[in-house]
Amino acid sequence: MHLLPATIYLSFAGAVLSLVAGLRSAATARGVALMTALFCWGITLYAACGFTPSNEMIALVDSPWIPQLGIRYHLAADGISLTLVVLTGLAATAGVLFSWNIEERTGEFFAFYLALIGGVYGVFLSADAFLFFVFYEIAIVPKYFLIANWGSTNREYGAMKLALYSFAGSALVLAGLLWVYASGHADGFSLGQLAAAAVTLGRPAQLAVFALLFTGFAILAGMFPFHTWAPTGHVAAPTAASMLLAGVVMKLGAYGCLRVAMPLVPMALEFWAPVIAWLALAGILYAGLVALVQEDFKFVIGYSSVSHMGFVLLGLAAANATAAAGAVLQMFSHGVIAGLLFAVVGRMVYERTHTRQLAQLRRMPLHRLMPFTAVVFVIAGLASMGMPGFSGFPAELTILMGAWQASKLWAIVAAAGVLVAAAFTLRAIQVAFFGQTDKESDLTSHAHLMAPITWPERAGSILLLAATVLIGLKPDLLLHWIVPSLHSPMFQAVWQGGVR
Amino acid sequence: MTYSYWVLARALLPEMTLILGALLVLAYDLLRAKVHTPEERRAAALWIGATAVVAAIVDSIFVGRLGPVYGFSLVLDSLAVPTRTAVLGLALLTLGVSSGARLMRHPAEYVAIILFATVGFTLMCAAHQLLLAFVSLELASLSLYVLAGFAKDRRDSAEAALKYFLFGGMAAAFLLFGFSLIYGVTGELDLSRIAFSVAHAEMTPLLTLALVMVLVAFGFKAAAAPFHLWAPDAYEGAPTPSAALVASASKVAGFTLFLRLLWPGLGPLAGDISTAGNTGGWQTLVALMAAASMLLGNFVALAQTNLRRLLAYSAISHSGAMLLGVLAWQAAGLGPVFYYMATYGLATVGAFGVIAVLEANGGCSKITDLAGLGRRSPLLAGTLTVFILSLAGIPPLAGFFGKFAVFAAALQIGGVAGPAGWLALLAIALSAVALYYYLIVLKQALVANPVPENAGPIRVPPAAALALVVAAALIVYLGLFPAVLLDLF
Repeated sequence: MHLLPATIYLSFAGAVLSLVAGLRSAATARGVALMTALFCWGITLYAACGFTPSNEMIALVDSPWIPQLGIRYHLAADGISLTLVVLTGLAATAGVLFSWNIEERTGEFFAFYLALIGGVYGVFLSADAFLFFVFYEIAIVPKYFLIANWGSTNREYGAMKLALYSFAGSALVLAGLLWVYASGHADGFSLGQLAAAAVTLGRPAQLAVFALLFTGFAILAGMFPFHTWAPTGHVAAPTAASMLLAGVVMKLGAYGCLRVAMPLVPMALEFWAPVIAWLALAGILYAGLVALVQEDFKFVIGYSSVSHMGFVLLGLAAANATAAAGAVLQMFSHGVIAGLLFAVVGRMVYERTHTRQLAQLRRMPLHRLMPFTAVVFVIAGLASMGMPGFSGFPAELTILMGAWQASKLWAIVAAAGVLVAAAFTLRAIQVAFFGQTDKESDLTSHAHLMAPITWPERAGSILLLAATVLIGLKPDLLLHWIVPSLHSPMFQAVWQGGVR
Repeated sequence: MTYSYWVLARALLPEMTLILGALLVLAYDLLRAKVHTPEERRAAALWIGATAVVAAIVDSIFVGRLGPVYGFSLVLDSLAVPTRTAVLGLALLTLGVSSGARLMRHPAEYVAIILFATVGFTLMCAAHQLLLAFVSLELASLSLYVLAGFAKDRRDSAEAALKYFLFGGMAAAFLLFGFSLIYGVTGELDLSRIAFSVAHAEMTPLLTLALVMVLVAFGFKAAAAPFHLWAPDAYEGAPTPSAALVASASKVAGFTLFLRLLWPGLGPLAGDISTAGNTGGWQTLVALMAAASMLLGNFVALAQTNLRRLLAYSAISHSGAMLLGVLAWQAAGLGPVFYYMATYGLATVGAFGVIAVLEANGGCSKITDLAGLGRRSPLLAGTLTVFILSLAGIPPLAGFFGKFAVFAAALQIGGVAGPAGWLALLAIALSAVALYYYLIVLKQALVANPVPENAGPIRVPPAAALALVVAAALIVYLGLFPAVLLDLF
């Protein structure tokens, strides 16, 4: 466990190294990035092996940082953060594999990429709200440059929109944190100290603080109606960046809601839960229906991400340990599956066909041109629909069970969302991969254009597929870590509506 | 009360070093002007000047906190020593930056005047008496007017100097009028005695008038709205190192002078801004200026296409945040506002330094002139990224913690229900607006392709490169370890 902080430092060091390596050659930079990502992932897996589930945060580092304001450099981990750092390691490794074809300014690309990863590891391991916020913001800026530099469609617009939404969200978070700190006369920024300070505020103030914090984080989690940055950002981003955006960055938002907003003001969730739940349900259904009519393949996946993140938010709003466990599981599951879907669409299909328009893909029978890709996408699609045997199934089922305890209506509406997800996924599979061509000659002409699938693509796909199948078949691997953490004193207060 | 010349001489050691340095610069240039090329003359002047500033920094640290000097004319306290050192550091960076700037006629005079201006700044940091405050302010201002107009071959430099001078002269007149009213009411020049005197006085119309006059001058010096109008033109037209000095060291010194004047001197007239109802005192006016500066600075900056004007409006918005820091003195003391000023100064000197190097290599007025900087000079692009992101307040750079500390302190005055709290929330909201224009700058530098496509690499002179790297490294270091600066108070 105590090696975990090294993931943060190694990622930042790797960022600098790959920048330097990029001056020599693209291949060196790639190698550095892959080694860094693999190494960090290895550390998280090693930590996972030695992890004993408990309801306490295990302190990794805790030393004074800015004593004048009571800020500590405090890193800690529990089952939830462990789940998410393992996801980060996996997504980062797969992302490097799927950006193997970046030839232009490779060193810079991986520098921004690894800086983003470092920030993400930092967020998941922070136990001090100030530190959390610092890492949270560090993760914003590299996203902008990844998209603006190496993106595709409308990249500068998408990048700016994403950066401004993220930053607006973090401004709300900062306002909320400072409000608690200043008005509650907190001694420091640890979550416990802030929670103790928040109790001293009046009820309206607590509700307002919760709204600031939760909205700020939920913007990054793609909560309806603040989700619009997500599809444009995902579509504009280069493949690896979309994988990270959907795979881990949106999780930062959800994790912030769970780790900071809810325990800080435990009494407020009860008041806001219906609002959050209905916004989440609106997101599930609306984004699902929008995905159903998209003409751009990547937009289908972009909206599907918003829809699936709606389940996470619903799980949080249900305010019980079951639903929250489902939400964390869904974060992991969606991180893997969305990464896989974006990899297929952005890297394997678009780089070869040079189109993402479903109308054009319909005329190319991709299941014959790229059988491997088609198989991967079909499996990923099934996982995304929530088929049993894949990670999406236990995750969404647990959320629905938890939501049923909170409100039967929510669970029923969300279940309708599962059907919508099946509809848009099947449509995408059908149209993109099982299209028909009129003439056999077209097939051979296309076949010449298609470069074979390379080994990094195969390796990345298999990694991600293996993860979704493993968790689908044995979800208690993760639930075993997650559930005890959700019974820590801080979370107990949340489930009991603020009664400590 | 002691009037020891010996103590005075010790206290003024940095100033004397600077003046000696300035005279040496001039003398050396006078002797060797015929022999040397203009480049060599500039290099020699800069080396002598930089040595003098380094010596002055050492002096300043070595002299330390002497406390009151020569009666109470000067006070070397926990405010004066750090700010004096910071101002000297910023002046040193400005000298470093000048080495990369476009060459001007009379390089030695330019360096000498920078040193004279720095003497004014350091005195402003320590002045504890109205007359000395005014004289040091004028020494700094007059030097800055000359520096702004130093590029005699360019019309916009003359325009910048004239605008700066007219506004500055007007502000000086206001300040002097305010000072004379304060003296008339209290019969004192020394700040602590003034404080004692006004503590028992009623808020008479005469005192109100004096406060308004002083704050007008403060607004000018800080480039705070609505007294900001000179700033965009001065920043745009002045030679780049001059603009860097105006934006950094001059700002730190000005804020220090007025901080001392307002809190230790006129503190009893501060009024109370922890609740909205109570509106007496100068804090209300400062709060209004802060709000106006943040709103105007951030929103007008969105529309800029000229890089220097953008930095000018960004400076106006930062002034608003620093004014908030001035208000926060009562809650958190000097730490936050000093940290903010010092790190803002570093980032601004750096940003102007990059502009200066670019100007010497073909020009940099529009934001689009930065296009492809990442490929033409990774050093400039990298350091510019640090400076701009620090101005935008992105962690782990120093600009972030400055904002954080100032806002946290402001929120402690009466919480979110009080005007200071509203200002802090406004500032947080506007920081999201500000990110847009800062990213526009970085987009050109790191994303856009060079224009023309084959524009070659940019050569950065070693001294300028060193100054930029030092400034960037300091920003990162202070951002990671803010406690280093906060410990000074």
